[in-house]
Amino acid sequence: MSHPNPEEIKGLTTALTGASAGAAPHLGPPRPRSLIERMKDSDIWLSFKASKLAMVAALVFVLMTFGAIFAPLLATMNPFDPAQIFLADSSLPPAWATGGDPRFFLGTDDQGRDMYSAILYGLRISLIVGGLGVLLAALIGITLGLVAGYVGGRVDALIMRIADVQLTFPAILIALLIDGVFRALVKTGNKEESAMFVLILSIGLSFWVQYARTIRGSTMVEKNKDYVQAARLVGLPVPIIMLRHVLPNVIGPTLVILTINLGLAIITEATLSFLGVGLPPTQPSLGTLISIGQRYLFSGDWWIVAFPGLTLAILVLAVNLLGDWLRDALNPKLR
Amino acid sequence: MLAFVVRRILQSILVMLAVALIAFTLFRFVGDPVNQMVGADTPQAEVEKMREVLGLNDSTLVQFARFIWNALHFDFGISYQFRQSVTALLAERAPATLELALAAAAFALVVGVLMGVYCALRKDGFLAKLFQAVSLVGVSLPTFLIGILLIYLFSVALNWLPSNGRGQVVKVGDWWTTGFLTVSGWKALILPAITLGLFQMTLIMRLVRSEMLEVLRTDYIKFARARGLTTRAIHFGHALKNTLIPVITITGLQLGSIIAFAIITETVFNWPGMGLLFLKAVQNVDIPIMAAYLMLIGFLFVMINLIVDLLYAFVDPRLRAAMQG
Repeated sequence: MSHPNPEEIKGLTTALTGASAGAAPHLGPPRPRSLIERMKDSDIWLSFKASKLAMVAALVFVLMTFGAIFAPLLATMNPFDPAQIFLADSSLPPAWATGGDPRFFLGTDDQGRDMYSAILYGLRISLIVGGLGVLLAALIGITLGLVAGYVGGRVDALIMRIADVQLTFPAILIALLIDGVFRALVKTGNKEESAMFVLILSIGLSFWVQYARTIRGSTMVEKNKDYVQAARLVGLPVPIIMLRHVLPNVIGPTLVILTINLGLAIITEATLSFLGVGLPPTQPSLGTLISIGQRYLFSGDWWIVAFPGLTLAILVLAVNLLGDWLRDALNPKLR
Repeated sequence: MLAFVVRRILQSILVMLAVALIAFTLFRFVGDPVNQMVGADTPQAEVEKMREVLGLNDSTLVQFARFIWNALHFDFGISYQFRQSVTALLAERAPATLELALAAAAFALVVGVLMGVYCALRKDGFLAKLFQAVSLVGVSLPTFLIGILLIYLFSVALNWLPSNGRGQVVKVGDWWTTGFLTVSGWKALILPAITLGLFQMTLIMRLVRSEMLEVLRTDYIKFARARGLTTRAIHFGHALKNTLIPVITITGLQLGSIIAFAIITETVFNWPGMGLLFLKAVQNVDIPIMAAYLMLIGFLFVMINLIVDLLYAFVDPRLRAAMQG
């Protein structure tokens, strides 16, 4: 890093002015700095502070995540509790429109569910499925990439050929297919409970290729370096070398892929739910809400589809902007 | 050269075999075909007889070979839902999907190139910046949301265009139906084609813009300026022509994606194509249709990749030299 260490500068200025302001300049090894202090010095933080767009995107994303986590507290009602829903309140427009009810700020759907509460709960499910799906994809991809890169030979060839074939098809198609297979395998009775699990699995199995390719490439470079050779000479078992020595040195770039793929995974989940093969109306994600709302488009109840749609669009846009910024910030060529 | 072509074709066949294996596994092990065909009260002897007739008691390898043999003859069995030949079902719906994909690709290519050229030539103009921003938002919006938005604007609010189906279609030849010959067919095509092509359009726009900016910096453009050619001749005769090769390649490669993504657009607009059929099959676990669709899309992607690779080899002298050397 080309940045001068701020503590050095501080030490220098105190030495020059001769003023020992307050704390005595400490000698010997520098005191270990806390994580937050180190973060504030990092290039990433500086670049983040310089980019207004990234800050706005991060703020939006944090707010939405906050809303999703505390949905039960923030929502005005539990939209899935039949005891709280009254059909008399169905299809009410938003509070500011004529005929709106101040109790339901964003209106209600055809069954009398408060849209604002339904969106919070939907956001929660979308983020859980998208997030866990991306993490599963990373787990599969990183493992296979490490093995392919470190072991090499036939194992490598097999894994990478599978990756090549999978990469020629769009992820949404693969997710649809995996979803279809699991729906066929799962016993009919458990379909609704297993829907979320099936979705996470489909997303995980559709998005692993990029991680595997990246990790494999850098693993092949790392495995010939001295420290890996040394670890091998000491007689450490291969899994330990891969996990403790190689992995920490190759895992960095996956963070960018993770962020960019989160947007894609959220879209994939929403699309599958919209197509009717994702989450059922009993546990709706944003995609399911949009799919329900679409039916009422022609009767003029635009708010049932508009607000979940807007939420989804803003969420994905925020994640994509963050991903773009992170990619540029971590790219040494652009610094 | 010949060795390269042969090797590349062999590779493609291998990939197709892998896709076929997945389709076969689906077909044979995920949904037991016999269970789908018989009722609960069918006697056991009859079930066994059916298994024998269908060849389900043969070894897996023999069955796989038979599956491929049948696939080569476009025989993918009988749909569980419709009790009809899968091939006939797909053939009946293929024209709708292909016409939609064609219209979407044409829209993406024409509008994408125009917008890309404009953005490159008026790099700092307001409209260019607007196009750029819109393309970023366009990438973030899921396809189905764009479709719903268009339906709301043009079908519900303005009532200009239909939101449902293909309009009136005309039969051409034995089995092809076309919407290109009627006014309602064209009207019905507009919204789905825009929805399907929008993502590809933004892709092409960005590509044309960056390629064009690069070309405009080269020496031969400077030389053309020095020769005193008109700006129009330089921009469109020299610069655009040289950016079009990657653009056409990308569009070609994207054609497979367009057909695959048609699943979503067809659902939003209730367009009677293969994608809608596939989606119904996934919802109802209709394995023969799923397997056949998988084979079809796989074949499409493998063929497109093969053709692009071979064309490159024929066109690019450097690649040719590398292969001989």
